[in-house]
Amino acid sequence: MDEVLDKILENYFENDGNSLTILQDIEKSYGYIPEDAVCRISRKLDIPPSRFFGIATFYSQFHLKPRGKHIITVCRGTPCHVKGSEKILNRLQMELDIPRGEDTSEDLHFSVEEVNCVGACGLSPVVVINSQVQGQMSINRMIEEINKLRALD
Amino acid sequence: MDKKDIVIKVCSGTGSLSAGGKDVLEAFRSLAASTGTQAEFRDRCTAHQVGCRGFCSRDVLVDVIINGEKITYELIKPDMVPRIFEEHILQGDPVDEWMAGEQHREFHAAQTKIVLSHCGEMDPESLDAYLASGGYEAAHQAFVRMTPGEIIEEIKRSALRGRGGAGFPTGLKWEFAGRMRSKEKYVVCNGNESDPGAFADRCIIEGDPHSVIEGMMICARAIGAERGYIYVRDSYALAVKRLGLALRQCREHGFLGSNVFDSGFDLDIRLYPAPGAFICGEATALMKSIEGKRAMPSPRMWRTAEKGLWGRPTVINNVETLANVPRILGRGAEWFAGVGTENSGGTKVFSLTGKVKNTGLVEIPMGVTLREVIYGIGGGMVEDRAFKGIQLGGPTGGCLSEAFLDSRVDYESLALAGTIMGSGGMVVLDETSCIVDTARFFLDITQAESCGKCTPCRLGLRRMFEILQRITNGHGRNGDIELLEDLGSHIRATSLCGFGMTAPNPVLTTIRYFRDEYAVHIKDRKCPALVCKNLLTYSCIQENCTGCGLCKKVCPSDAIRGTRKKSHKIDQDLCVKCGSCFDACKFDAVLRE
Ligand SMILES: Cc1cc2nc3c(=O)[nH]c(=O)nc-3n(C[C@H](O)[C@H](O)[C@H](O)COP(=O)(O)O)c2cc1C
Repeated sequence: MDEVLDKILENYFENDGNSLTILQDIEKSYGYIPEDAVCRISRKLDIPPSRFFGIATFYSQFHLKPRGKHIITVCRGTPCHVKGSEKILNRLQMELDIPRGEDTSEDLHFSVEEVNCVGACGLSPVVVINSQVQGQMSINRMIEEINKLRALD
Repeated sequence: MDKKDIVIKVCSGTGSLSAGGKDVLEAFRSLAASTGTQAEFRDRCTAHQVGCRGFCSRDVLVDVIINGEKITYELIKPDMVPRIFEEHILQGDPVDEWMAGEQHREFHAAQTKIVLSHCGEMDPESLDAYLASGGYEAAHQAFVRMTPGEIIEEIKRSALRGRGGAGFPTGLKWEFAGRMRSKEKYVVCNGNESDPGAFADRCIIEGDPHSVIEGMMICARAIGAERGYIYVRDSYALAVKRLGLALRQCREHGFLGSNVFDSGFDLDIRLYPAPGAFICGEATALMKSIEGKRAMPSPRMWRTAEKGLWGRPTVINNVETLANVPRILGRGAEWFAGVGTENSGGTKVFSLTGKVKNTGLVEIPMGVTLREVIYGIGGGMVEDRAFKGIQLGGPTGGCLSEAFLDSRVDYESLALAGTIMGSGGMVVLDETSCIVDTARFFLDITQAESCGKCTPCRLGLRRMFEILQRITNGHGRNGDIELLEDLGSHIRATSLCGFGMTAPNPVLTTIRYFRDEYAVHIKDRKCPALVCKNLLTYSCIQENCTGCGLCKKVCPSDAIRGTRKKSHKIDQDLCVKCGSCFDACKFDAVLRE
């Protein structure tokens, strides 16, 4: 872990960076913000960890828990809501056994997340499956897509 | 010799790419280059990507232009490409059945494309294409031939107002910053696009990144800034990528860096991927975020034009505002001012979505009526259902009823009706949309997005959301409507920033125009639009049921009982009210009430 963090700090000093860019680099390197990484950085820079967690919990870009292998993001923008995105979200959580109040299945295979808007509103309802935007989604097609992902594993 | 008179343009916005636009482009390219194709055609043919033209529901859209004659195809899949290539391009006989029809014409006919004029025409990743259309001439003029005062005067005369929501006169803002004596000044492009349901800024950046950069350059020259930031929402992956590329191209060509256009001025523009929060769109919060802190708004003791980023004079403008700037210098302030209304020049781009036939990005002159947008460009309501309302300005905007269909779309008229222009979200609701549920949905967003600084906003929105939740769950109480009104007006009056001041709007406006619908939810425990789940029951209409068993198959909670060919029953204790059986039944045998 130290090697990765040293690189991040190097980047920080070189680009007159700030606490936010450090967190962005940690998120990029690990896929989430491990508590341990923040604590080590905070010791090295002598900045209290609370400062980092304050920022990390403020923005939606950061995740404090490990995320699943496949990430399915349901757009919860207004047009998608009007076209029934909530139904898709509920069904996904049920289908993939995502515990209540969590985003990720216990086996870390799937994360089901919400995003305020991906800006593809002309195609609502929209679901992003592993960074691929898929428009005009229906429950049936969603289930087909999940089965495709399961077949990959 | 090298005459490319056959041009194929393939849409390449996020919408198109998700519909397979990349494969369509590749298919055209490989056919055009293939050895089976006669050499004559190989030389004449060029296929390239273009920015989004706003009509994403018909993607992939393809233009084939032969000798200047354009035919547009819609809903194109890669396997349709060979036939178009063979019949249209090689034999000169367009494929009628795939051509974009009446709907496409209707959608574009009533629009006036200024900001979007390059989208759908030009390859957004090619600097040469931008230069060929006169790109960076306005910036060149601004840096070499005009004084800052002249630039500001021109922008003022154009009556350009901020497209980010508040509608502040752009020229005036620049003038404030220009007047300040400071060695360091900043220009910031606001591309946070907070409103979940608006996507104009995304399309402009994806389809025409150089216009935004050129607008920033002109602003920087006018106010004397040497550093700029483009703040773009991180989840807009394609927009971030194309901006990064465009900035690199500019640096390579000397449009950015030191001694821009040999004018003696330096300018550096950087990309700042926004870490994602609604409030980051608010100007003072955005600056905190660039400074690496939590994006909490601060009291506006000074204009940001006077004291902004790191305490220096800073102009923050919206993406669309900036993209208008090169056009104004290029074609003149009078022309621009002539397009809009007296107080507001030019056009506005709206994201038209919801229950209209044609959804997408529409650019209209200021002052057009809502009716023209919905029934003209939008083609009317889906399945010709009755219009119910329109939400303007996103989750912090307001919802207008049918009585306002003839309102004009400009800053003053919309404010008078109780809503805002905002960043141009237009969500059309019909009789199958529940007003209370819509308000609850917006409050769900805003209560989660409140930055937490002001107690009325942080706690008040949460309480309003809970009240709306109980109303839509069938536990509404007498007096809830009045309580919502009371809370809402207090939150508006006691919050620091524009967020708290506007977040109660969806509730307050829907109560104002649709009070009865709230009352029915509370008193009768019914949802007239049949949306609120807990107020619905699903049951089987015995006479219609053929016992086909389809409903049983799709039911996710095993709530349907019955044997084949005999009528079925829905177990109310197990039913999760997802509506799958209702959607699946082919015999109208599921009753929803
Ligand atoms: C809660 C809130 C969210 C905002 N979101 C945005 C946004 O996403 N994009 C934007 O350009 N302006 C947004 N604004 C407006 C900005 O504060 C600012 O007025 C604008 O960027 C100035 O640019 P303009 O004069 O070109 O419109 C928001 C304002 C508030 C109060």
